[in-house]
Amino acid sequence: MARSALTGTRIRERRTALRMKQADLARAAGISPAYLNLIEHNRRRVGDSLLEQLAQVLGVDPVALSEGAEGVLFDGLREALASAETEGSAQAAGLPELERIEEFVGRFPGWAAVLAGRQARVAALERVVESYSERMAQDPFLLASLHEVLSAVTSLRSTAAILVETEDIEPEWRARFLRTIQDESLRLSDTAEALVGYLDELEEAETGLSSPLEQVEAWLSMRGWHLPELEQPDPPEPETLIEGVAELASGAARKLALAHIARAAEDARALPLAPFAAALLECGSDPARLAQRFGAPMGAVFRRLATLPAGIEGAPPAGLVICDGSGTLTFRRAAPGFTMPRFGAACPLWPLYEALTRPMQPIRTVVDMAGRLPQRFLTYAFCAPRQPAGFEGPVLMEAMMLILPPPPERASGERPVGSSCRICPRADCVGRREPSILSEA
Amino acid sequence: MSGKHVLLIEDEPHIAEAIRFILTRAGWEVSLETSGAAALGRIADEGPDAVILDLMLPGRSGLEILTDLRAKPRFADLPVLMLTARGQGRDREAAERAGASAFLAKPFANGDVLACLEAIVARAHSVRSA
Repeated sequence: MARSALTGTRIRERRTALRMKQADLARAAGISPAYLNLIEHNRRRVGDSLLEQLAQVLGVDPVALSEGAEGVLFDGLREALASAETEGSAQAAGLPELERIEEFVGRFPGWAAVLAGRQARVAALERVVESYSERMAQDPFLLASLHEVLSAVTSLRSTAAILVETEDIEPEWRARFLRTIQDESLRLSDTAEALVGYLDELEEAETGLSSPLEQVEAWLSMRGWHLPELEQPDPPEPETLIEGVAELASGAARKLALAHIARAAEDARALPLAPFAAALLECGSDPARLAQRFGAPMGAVFRRLATLPAGIEGAPPAGLVICDGSGTLTFRRAAPGFTMPRFGAACPLWPLYEALTRPMQPIRTVVDMAGRLPQRFLTYAFCAPRQPAGFEGPVLMEAMMLILPPPPERASGERPVGSSCRICPRADCVGRREPSILSEA
Repeated sequence: MSGKHVLLIEDEPHIAEAIRFILTRAGWEVSLETSGAAALGRIADEGPDAVILDLMLPGRSGLEILTDLRAKPRFADLPVLMLTARGQGRDREAAERAGASAFLAKPFANGDVLACLEAIVARAHSVRSA
């Protein structure tokens, strides 16, 4: 019946949540962006068939966009209250009466809708700010470099054309223009070099450590990912290893580090360094063979291979990612060229996630990592369940993927993957879940 | 002398030199200004028949210069060819809004600069004599 006044707001909210552009949604639904804009600001009513189409593109039930009204309205108000509480402004004004929320919506539906709509708008704007701050880091330099490149190319093109097209050019002019070509070529190559250097740095830039996991990674990377203390027959107390470590700033990070040390000590006991190094030389870096040789769990072999000290003969340079059952990365050691996302989820096509759906089955895949310099890697992925709370406790899944140098020959079945959708250039990937900032730029 | 003096406002010396060479050979008298801040004064002093204006200038952007220029009745119809190093989209729109007679994105072909300049000057003449 009477469609809620906020259908447009919900369409907009859903679209921005998907980080979809207005123009893209409009095209997919077969309407003009201007018309969609009016709809999204609740200034045009949406017909049934159009609503269905929009809902389909946005991947939601049409009802959720139209009369899911009340529920959505309530949620919006609760959200507004929650964010007011975190900002502290609710205390100042006196806490709103949450128990009377139904009375509020019933008596003042218009005001309630406005408030919930504002809340949705605030949330959408917050996301916009987030994505802008993400881009800000690179843009000023890239824009300046682009300007340099265009200027150099412009004078090269004009000058070269003059030299080619002007038959009766005076010798002094010819000399002058040749010098211009020399100068501008040098400038172009300098700019290109600076750009390459800048992009390389971007990859390495650690702009302030934030999450506990990142702090642990920073500490391990400083230690070369290997803790020789644990190789002794009588390893020291784990706490002594992290005492006074500046990288482990937060309590959460220290806790994670202790868990890592405990596990690494276990792995070192199961796979002592000297015999493990000998086995590596003898049977190569196939994790399943090594696991069988030592009667050790596959996971221990994966971790051991990725945290060996430098200079072990036959040990390939290895990266490792571990995720839990939710797909959240819980350990990351990047291999050079295998870019791992700093925030959010990784590429859904990683064999890591395939392993999650096929526990206990070894998965060997050669992947082709998208990037400015596409690179191949050999990956071994494996997933095993754990029951830390006993037989009746919850079963926790843990998947791991070891990242090694590729075999020299290309074979069929190699898999194109990326780092994560936002920074992946594969525009027409079937696994894409959100648009890339690369193709937009 | 009629309709043959153009003031080129461009801070890239090599681009300016190339444009100057091309236009001079086609019979234009070309004077050059590299500073955005001094541009308006030069235009007022020289009273050129047309202006070629770079959009990204040190000191003062071409858009600001153009906006100020169009605000003066004396220069409301002065043919202005805008150059930009930033593609088509938003810059082009902004240049049109500010009152550019024509717009050329870098990198351009030499022939395009001349053709564009001749076209906007011819257009201004026909409007004036109509």
